[in-house]
Amino acid sequence: MSLEDDARARNVRSAWALSAPALLILLLAAAGPLLIVAVYSFLSPGKYGNVEWVFSLDGWRGILFTKDIFDDTLKLADAHLTIFWRSVKLSLLTTGITFLVGFPTAWFIATRPPRARAFWLFLITIPFWTNLLIRTFAINEVIRNEGLFNTVMIKLGLFDTPLRIINTDAAVLMGMTYVYLPLMVLPLFAAIDRFDMRLLEAGYDLYASRWQVLRRVILPIVKPGIIAGSILVFVPSLGAYVTPRVLGGGKNMMIGNFIELQFGQGRNWPLGAALSMTLLIVVMAALLIYVRAANKGGNGHG
Amino acid sequence: MADASFQPSRIPGFATVAVLAFVCLYLPIFTLVAYAFNAGTSIAVWEGVSLHWFARAWENEAVKSATLRSLLIATTASAVSTAVATLAALGTTRRAAYHGQTFIYVLINQPLMVPEIVTAVALMIFFGVIKQWTGYQGLGYLILAHTAFCIPFAYLPIRARLEGMDLSLETAASDLYASNWQTFRHVTLPLLAPGILAGAMLAFVISLDDVVITEFVKSGGQDTLPTYMLGQMRRAITPEVNAISTGLLGLTVILLTAFFLLTRKKG
Amino acid sequence: MKTFLTATAILLAGTSLASAEGQLQLYNWGNYTSPELLAKFEKETGIKVTVTDYDSNDTALAKIEAGGHGFDLVVPSANYVPIWVEKGLIVELDQSKLPNHKNIAPEWMDVAWDPGRKFSIPWQWGSTGIAVNTKVYGGDINTAEVFLNVPDELKGKINVVPEMNDVVSMAVMWAGGEPCTEDTEVLKKARDALIAAKPDWISMDYGATEKLSNNDWAASVNWNGSSMRARVANPDVAYGYPREGYPLFMDSVALLKDAQNVEEAYKFLDFIMVPENAAMISAFARYANGIAGSEAFMPEDMKTAPEVVIPEEFKAAGHFLPTCSGKAQDYVTAIWTELQK
Repeated sequence: MSLEDDARARNVRSAWALSAPALLILLLAAAGPLLIVAVYSFLSPGKYGNVEWVFSLDGWRGILFTKDIFDDTLKLADAHLTIFWRSVKLSLLTTGITFLVGFPTAWFIATRPPRARAFWLFLITIPFWTNLLIRTFAINEVIRNEGLFNTVMIKLGLFDTPLRIINTDAAVLMGMTYVYLPLMVLPLFAAIDRFDMRLLEAGYDLYASRWQVLRRVILPIVKPGIIAGSILVFVPSLGAYVTPRVLGGGKNMMIGNFIELQFGQGRNWPLGAALSMTLLIVVMAALLIYVRAANKGGNGHG
Repeated sequence: MADASFQPSRIPGFATVAVLAFVCLYLPIFTLVAYAFNAGTSIAVWEGVSLHWFARAWENEAVKSATLRSLLIATTASAVSTAVATLAALGTTRRAAYHGQTFIYVLINQPLMVPEIVTAVALMIFFGVIKQWTGYQGLGYLILAHTAFCIPFAYLPIRARLEGMDLSLETAASDLYASNWQTFRHVTLPLLAPGILAGAMLAFVISLDDVVITEFVKSGGQDTLPTYMLGQMRRAITPEVNAISTGLLGLTVILLTAFFLLTRKKG
Repeated sequence: MKTFLTATAILLAGTSLASAEGQLQLYNWGNYTSPELLAKFEKETGIKVTVTDYDSNDTALAKIEAGGHGFDLVVPSANYVPIWVEKGLIVELDQSKLPNHKNIAPEWMDVAWDPGRKFSIPWQWGSTGIAVNTKVYGGDINTAEVFLNVPDELKGKINVVPEMNDVVSMAVMWAGGEPCTEDTEVLKKARDALIAAKPDWISMDYGATEKLSNNDWAASVNWNGSSMRARVANPDVAYGYPREGYPLFMDSVALLKDAQNVEEAYKFLDFIMVPENAAMISAFARYANGIAGSEAFMPEDMKTAPEVVIPEEFKAAGHFLPTCSGKAQDYVTAIWTELQK
């Protein structure tokens, strides 16, 4: 065995050894138990929730086809697609908005004097030390018809009548942006902060225009932060549950609420399990493609 | 055209957006704190100033122990998940491609990929069996579950920091015959610190906010603040939890101020 | 750090002591248990009751079924009690340990879901009706038309609680059927009405007490206790009983098969059947209880509240929801899923 092979083997061993504690915890309390869900997707729904140990593919069939309630004919479950598309759309918008707001914010924090940075970081997370439900209700309090926002706007003479925001998609979007903002800001900060700002000045002299500096110097460097941030915002917001419920008023379901329904009042655990497995596979594939493409792009420019 | 001296901290518009973002983050917190002082019983109808809810919360054993339990779980879970996520980040970045790399990456991020309710149901069934088998029903299950779903939230910021981090300092250190551990302790770790801080803070907040998994994993007498709130949501939410949150916020602000004042003196 | 470690030790130990003497683990709906009641019970018996919350019958059922939960008592709704019995999750009560069993009011003794009260002790009961801000809508509020055929004044201002059985049953009764019907004509009519009305609803959410109080919503399909609280905060809110039929509910306490503190549980069950104590339960959550003689101890404002005391003319329209057959329940679930999409 050559020295190089030896080094490579050591590299692999240490990679696995370093990851082992995390993997162990995940196998025990996250990914491992999901096998139960995978098995449940092939069983029959129990009469009062739970499952009966009878093999059935109805759960998987239920993703694409639904039986008509009254005449038992099978038809395409277009409603599932509507729900899925609504979730993807809102999650993409949330990711976009948190990035547009989060990037300048992370930049602002990373360019403070070193000692002040931790202070600003805490300032971002402190609102999240309060309870999620109370906070969501507080957001509602700000945007409702007689709330802070509308009152101020009317007092200032900007609006004549209150703008109705509560229980609209806009409210959900605002709430999700609020909730997921730190998930974008913190990874971005971690990436920006390691960057030597003097390089930027040099780059600035070289490329002359702001836009070019942003594209050629800043973006490649913060790219890992953008990747991490957008994964942390996009993926969990696909399955978001509390915020759409409270701010959206529960009328328009997202995929998380729909799956929740199957495990709760819907009493169709196998369908819920099959839906979650599908979501898992779709998201996993999307994630891998995204990460690969993003990395490739980086090499091309770098 | 290029200014004579470019200052990264002064990109036009960035500071404005940042300050606006902070204002928006704190607006709801402002109303939340205000209602903690509400004389009435509602979190949405203002009836005058009173400290009534602080007294009520202080006397309420259930809400006090739920708060303590939330803090305990969040502290433990964020500490453990950040530690193992740091190791995993070191194990998965800055090395030549190897077999199983994708597998590790996917596994670490798996908790993000399914809605919480799915993990919750799976854990309820799995832990239910273990609880009966071992007879142990303590907080360990909640801490383990929280640690697991916090891992990706800690991992991704640390990884973002680590990726493309300058290797030259570490190489220099090893060249100077520093041991692996010394290099890690004195060179890698300090360079990595902002990423670790960001990751730990995310993990803490995520654990503190979790409702669904906790609801399905908890045993008797293990309500956390969020599950306590969830139970209230159906009927009516009183400003009691606003009072608790306000108390926590106040405590945090005092501790942080003290911390920054102390470190400033030292510096 | 030291205090933190002590707190850790206490919290970790506290839960493994679940079966210690003088302890009782109650698994109940959130914000439903009077702290004064528990304090009084502890004072009289020395037993400390720990309450843990749930927010849906299905969650509670699934959790107890999974096992290893550590609870002693649970409080399922009427139509769920037979399911708990069928699954063998709750046990028949030993009446000799419950001298106050005789205090259960006659009308709550031979209930359909538990004849003779062999398994469950009354906790609280109420109704699902329609709360309306009478300033916004002055018309008839004692009809399901308010949410199934929304009047113009209430369009975009009415909420419907996301409670499957209540909402679907109200629509079915409006369509001329009985809850748990398998008559497809009736079910179709109910479904079509719900789906046609949905665009006129502002939301399908909880939180009616606050949002009716502060005028975010002008009406809501809602529970009576919550409507009463809203009326106290906002006198314009009135509570309507749909004459086509409206659901009644009762939550009852039952003893779990794998309870570890059985003696303590019996003491508690007997304790809550004392009229004075039952009145404490009602005074807290604002719902009536099923114990004879408790009226005398009720707060004044509840003795006359139109939300709590059902007016004579609407009494006959109230129905307890039965536990549906598998097929009937499938219809309900399917309609609900279609409505929620």
